[in-house]
Amino acid sequence: MNIVNFTPVSAFLGGALIGLAVVLFFVFNGRLIGISGIASNFLTSKNNRFDNFLFIVGLIIGPILYKFFTSQEINISISNSFFLLSVAGLLVGVGTRIGGGCTSGHGISGMGRFSLRSIIATITFMIVGILTVLVKSLV
Amino acid sequence: MSKIISLVCGIIFGIGLTISQMIDPAKILGFLNIFGNWDPSLAFVMIGALIISSPFFHLFKNNKKPIFAKSFTYSTNKEINKKLIIGSTLFGAGWGLAGLCPGPAIASLALLNINSALFVVAMFVGFYLVKFSETTTQAR
Repeated sequence: MNIVNFTPVSAFLGGALIGLAVVLFFVFNGRLIGISGIASNFLTSKNNRFDNFLFIVGLIIGPILYKFFTSQEINISISNSFFLLSVAGLLVGVGTRIGGGCTSGHGISGMGRFSLRSIIATITFMIVGILTVLVKSLV
Repeated sequence: MSKIISLVCGIIFGIGLTISQMIDPAKILGFLNIFGNWDPSLAFVMIGALIISSPFFHLFKNNKKPIFAKSFTYSTNKEINKKLIIGSTLFGAGWGLAGLCPGPAIASLALLNINSALFVVAMFVGFYLVKFSETTTQAR
């Protein structure tokens, strides 16, 4: 194991902001942030639909505001394989709904409440994610 | 007021993903590449988020109601069952394939990247498939 590209300070600060969003949503709106839940409920449920819509809009405005105020480019590297992206997107969509949460819902909101269910979900998707990357590197 | 909070929380979350670079699939794949060149950053994102959020959950859990809503509405499901494990396994596989989970995928639409858009469309198809199969099973 080699440690590379490690950015602990920006990771911690960004994480703290994510935590702040979770706190505000909980204290003011009485809800827990789980992006897969918010996004899928926006699609399939009438409950809180406008709230969910505004949250998603905010999630997209966030990076735009960051770019505007810091004038820093946001560079990402993402696969350009149609096949891989479609399969991965489907797996993430189906999996988060069957499992009831994703990195935010189980990993932050659930683990923050010390929910055993969320801790087990997080350990499961982390292990499977690690194995998937390992298998990909061998193929 | 709850509408403004929803928008603001989305914005703060999106900025958090950008500053922590979790919006970049390469950072996620780097974290999952524990047996190769490992980038532990994602762990620090979670630590930062949990340090801030966890105390508030415990401070407010005995409060009767949130400030702008009638009641707290969140899952109190404690079940640890096959669905939880199967769902998390499928999610983990998709996460490891592309390096995207729902938050960063949606936030990266801001960059007008056609590949993230494709992922998001496929993800929404996945949401819909589960909802559709649940509704048809219940109807039976």
